[in-house]
Order: sequence, then structure tokens, then C-alpha cells
Amino acid sequence: MRILLVDDEVELVSALAERLELRGIEVAWASSGKDALALAESRDFDLAVLDVKMPGMGGLALKEQLAKRHPAMKFIFLTAYGSEQDFKCIASDIGAQCYLVKPVDIEELIAAIKTILGPGKEDK
Amino acid sequence: MPASTDFLKKLRPSFPEQPKAENLSRAYLFNYRRLWTLAVLILLSVALLPLITITVVNYRMTEQAIESESHLRTAKLVANTHRAISYSLTQRRAALDFIIHDNPLQDLQDPARLAELLDNLNQSFGQGFVDIGIIGSDGQQRAYFGPYALENVDYHNESWFQHVQTQGMYISDVFLGFRQVPHLVIAIKRDCPDGGGYVLRASLGIGFFAELLAGLEITGQGDAFIINTEGVLQSPARYHGDVLEPIKLPIPRPADHTEVIAHTTEAGESLLIGYRFIENTPFILMIVKKKEDLLHHWYQTRVKLVLFLTASVMAIVLVIMGMVSFIVGRVSLADEKRLATLHQMEYANKMATIGRMAASVAHEINNPLAIIGEKAGLIKDLFTFKDAYADDPKLGRLVDSIIAAVKRAGRITKRLLTFARNLEAKIEKVNLTETIQEVLSFVERDAQHRNIQIETQIKPGLEALCMDRGKLQQVLLNIVSNAFAAMEQGGKLEIEAAPAAEGRFRLSIRDSGRGIAPEDLHRIFEPFYSTKKNQGGTGLGLSITYTLVQEMGGTIRVESQPGEGTCFILDLPFNPLSSCPEASPCASS
Repeated sequence: MRILLVDDEVELVSALAERLELRGIEVAWASSGKDALALAESRDFDLAVLDVKMPGMGGLALKEQLAKRHPAMKFIFLTAYGSEQDFKCIASDIGAQCYLVKPVDIEELIAAIKTILGPGKEDK
Repeated sequence: MPASTDFLKKLRPSFPEQPKAENLSRAYLFNYRRLWTLAVLILLSVALLPLITITVVNYRMTEQAIESESHLRTAKLVANTHRAISYSLTQRRAALDFIIHDNPLQDLQDPARLAELLDNLNQSFGQGFVDIGIIGSDGQQRAYFGPYALENVDYHNESWFQHVQTQGMYISDVFLGFRQVPHLVIAIKRDCPDGGGYVLRASLGIGFFAELLAGLEITGQGDAFIINTEGVLQSPARYHGDVLEPIKLPIPRPADHTEVIAHTTEAGESLLIGYRFIENTPFILMIVKKKEDLLHHWYQTRVKLVLFLTASVMAIVLVIMGMVSFIVGRVSLADEKRLATLHQMEYANKMATIGRMAASVAHEINNPLAIIGEKAGLIKDLFTFKDAYADDPKLGRLVDSIIAAVKRAGRITKRLLTFARNLEAKIEKVNLTETIQEVLSFVERDAQHRNIQIETQIKPGLEALCMDRGKLQQVLLNIVSNAFAAMEQGGKLEIEAAPAAEGRFRLSIRDSGRGIAPEDLHRIFEPFYSTKKNQGGTGLGLSITYTLVQEMGGTIRVESQPGEGTCFILDLPFNPLSSCPEASPCASS
């Protein structure tokens, strides 16, 4: 499985990517919506983990763009703002499979990825 | 006594203390005592001044009218009586005049003829003439008929004789004379062609006056009598002395018409004196009436008038005081409600601001926190996945503690975000245990520092309630904060919740603090009432709690024993869970 990680905080996204890679997950990361779209042009991803609030193109707008090109792509949102309850509504509106509130626990993130992609994907 | 005090309280109730002056630009508007006094004074003056003025003016006018009516009636009586007396005197004089001119002197010098004439006179005028005599120009009585032995009496030195010689006619005032009996004399002179003349003299008893005056109807202690110009009584008076005694009333000034004067005696008695000089005589007719008798009816009416006025004034005063009390009471109540609402809005605004700030702080901290967390996580991963660092267990422990600290900070920011969100009023599914724990998490630290024991006991059946989580949270936070403020080191806070009637549950929060004095107990939910004012209390916390509980449709009451602690007991309703808006299902990772 291939994961696209997008967050404007380079330090955060790079560390998160490295940790996922250490766990055997193939990850590519970008620090802006523009970079993320460029990456998605060249490669296919099963799932994208997007920060909601980013300068320029936000996570929700980016999801629209990505979903157009890769209809099968699944999404997980990260947010530092708002509460779980609030975000549940937004998440269901935009068709996100899950959301996580920062700071994110790596095991939580992996569990969410596995839930969405299903256990079969990992073996592929 | 209590009934009358209650009545007075209704008329002038005690209004709430005005709120602190420094908080208000127009504090005088909240001085209800002053407002009450001002309103009562203005209304009383507007209502009573015209009433009293009109009554006084009317009173004076009526009194004057009645007095002048009395004057007029007295004057009329005097005039009528005067006419009668004057007429009878004139008649008698005319009769004597006729006799002296109709009878030759020889006849008149005959006592038998005189007796006959006297008899005729008395038959014509009633018994009045006492005797009759003829006096020559030398003053010698030539002939006499009467009961006294007055033949040959010499009158030529008497003043009346001098008078009749010059004036031709004389009416005397009452005197004793030779006979020592009060009488008056009418004398008429006839001149003879030879230059001489003679005088016909008849005397009248004073019974004649008494007869004339007896017919008068004079009310009460009124009196009618005749005096002469020296003020000596000429007829007997009922209350002012006997014949020939001087009267104690002022002697009137001469006048040719009826006069009525007011007079106050030395004893303080008010009298109305009517008098009239009787022409060509020395007599003055006097009718004296006591003002008291005349104004008797007026005095009775006056008492009724005063009673009526007093009753009216009292009724007006009572009504005005009652009305003003009612209205000012309503105004003060409305003001109090308005102020409480304003403060509650202020409080809500403050809470909203705190909420926004909390959310913004949580957000700003979350990002760096996430970076720290991920970096530490990465270091730990490196320890785990690469053997190079596995030798140093200390490094691993350090990283673990960083990760633990980040998680703790993360819990705090999440709690702040939840708190901020809950400030908005929204009916939703509430887990009572969770909500209580959320609130308690704010005082957790304080409890640890002050060694305060917290016990919660939630009975089954309250896991999922549908209600306003924000309001419940604020109510709990207010009561718990109050409880903490009341407790010293090593106190105990007990929170118990149990289902009550259908759709309601009962929540009691008991502390072991200093308690509330009985005199404060019934006022603690009033706005601005605080026992902690010196410590910065606004006196609004419990008032807002009370309002929030009411808005939720619940009730709140308090039990307290000074020195032992306080217990707030809430009875709150909740909606059936089926009516609650469902949260969208999502991964509960």
C-alpha cells in the first residue's frame, strides 16, 4: 500500500513519514497542496493523510482535486483545530473515512489506515 | 400588632438595596426609596392641594354667606320690631295730641273727664296708660287722674317740662319719678292764643315695652330690649339686666338706620347685636343674638365637612401610597431582572471569549506539540527498529518521558477544545459520568494540592442522557468551584447522581466546607448577593447557576449547616434518547 502524507509542517510530516516507513509502509510526503498534486500525477496512492488547515490549498480542497483524479483514493484528515464532535460532521460531509486530532499517536494512525484499507491491502 | 405592621409594609415596602453606585452612570435611578418618596410627595401634592384649597375656599364662602344671612335676619327683625315700637309710640302721642286739641281746657281740668279719657285710652290701646294730668304754663299740675297722689305737683323745674315748653312735645326715657315706679312720660303742649299754654301729660308703664318685645321669636339665648342713649335698660332684658340697670354692651353710635355689629364679650362670647334708634325718642331698640345659636346648624355641617375631608384625604393618601408602592415595586423588580439578564449576557460573552481563546491556544500549541511528539516518536522508532542505539536504555527512557509529556499536553488541549465547544447551547447525548469527570478535571490539580478527596457515585441508568451538555457543565463547574472555595485543606467533595421521577434525575453535590449562615441561605440565589465580596466575588455565580437550572427546566435547592458543609440538590429533566441528534458514525480508533 502506498500512502500520501500532506502537512505544511515539514518537520512533522517528514518525521511521520519516516516512522511509517520504519513500519514497512510505503510513504511519500509533501508540504503543500501543490506539491502533493504533483506527486499524485506521477504515482498512484491508496490513501492520503491530509492536514485540514494549510496555507494556500487546504486539506479539503486538496481532497477534492485528488478524488477527481483518483476516485478510489481514501482519505484521513489530521486537524489541530476544532473538536472531535465538530469534525465528525465535516468528515462525513466530505466523505472522509477518518480524521485524527493532533498530536497524533502513530499506532492510532496505523490502526486507522488498516481499518480503511482493510487487512488484505497490506499484503499486496 | 403584626397585622398593622404588615399593612404598613404594604404601604411602604422595603425595596432592594440599590446596586453598587460605582457600576452605574445614573445610580439615582436605582434609589427606589427616593423614587417612592418623590412619587408619593408629587402625587399627594397634586391630589390634595386642589382639594384642600377648594374645601377651604368653599368653607370660607359658606361661612361668610351664613354669617351675612344671620346679619340680614337680625337686621330684619330689628327693623320690624322698631316699626312696631315706633308705631305704637306715635299712635299714643297722636292720641294725646288729639285729646289736647279736641277738648277745651275746662273739660280737661275736670278729673272726671280725665278719668274718662284715661279709660278710653286704655280701651283703645290696651292697658298701658297709668295716669293723665294737665299742667299749666307755670309748671303746676292743674288736674290729675291716676293711682298716685300727684295733684298740685310743681314740675316747672323739671327738665322735661323745659323741653316740652320749647319743643311742644316730649317723650321721656324710663325713670322712677315721684312715684318711685319705672315709667315713661309723653307730654304735649297746646299754645293758647293769649300767649300762654298748657301741657297734657300721660305716663305709661314699662309693661307696654315688655308686651311689644314679648311677641318676638328669638332663638336660643337671644335677647331683645330697649335702652336709652346712656345705655340704661328701659325694658327688662332676659340676660342683660333689669330695668334702669346699665347694660354691659357697647352703646351704639347714633344712626338713622338699622345696624348690626359683631361683638365679643369679656367672657369670650361672640354676639351679634342689631340696633335701631327710635326717632324722636331717647330709645334704642337692641336685639342681641348669640352667634353660637345662629350658626348652630352651620357648626354641625362643619363637623360633617371636616370629617368628610379627613376621610377623603386619608383614602387618597392610602390609595396613592399603595399604588406607588406597587408600581415602584414592579419597577425595582424589572430593574433587578434586567440587570441580572445583562450580567448573565456579560457572563455568557465572557465564557464565549474564554472558549474562543481556549480553542485558539489549543490549536496553536497542538502543532508544535505534534512536531515534538513525532520527533520523539521517530527517535523511539529508531531505537526500536535500529540496533545501533539499543545499548543505551537511558535514552529510551528519556524519549518515553517526552512522549508521555506530549500525550499529557495533548489531553489538556483536547479538553480545552471540548470545553470551548460545549459552551454553545446544544441538546445532545450526554454521558453524565464523563461530563462530571470533565468538570472535575479542571479542579483535579487543586484537589491534589489541598488534599481534597473527591467521591462520585453515579447510579446506573444515567449513562446516556439527552440534554444541554454546555449548561450542565457550567452548572456543575459553578457549584464545584463554589464548593472548592468553601473548603480548606483536607476537605471532601461528594457527587451523587441517581434517577428520580420519569425523565428526571437527581444530582447532589456535597462539600465539607464552612457552610452558609441561615440568614444568608435564602438569599444566595439572588443576583449580587455574595458573602465573598471582599474576596472578589461578584455575587452572580449562583444566580446564574439558578437561571441555567431553570432554563433546563430543573430545580435547585441548598441545604447547609455552618461549620459542617453545604449540599446543593439539583433535580434535572432529560429528553428521551430517541429525540437526540445522532453523531455521525466514524472510526473510533
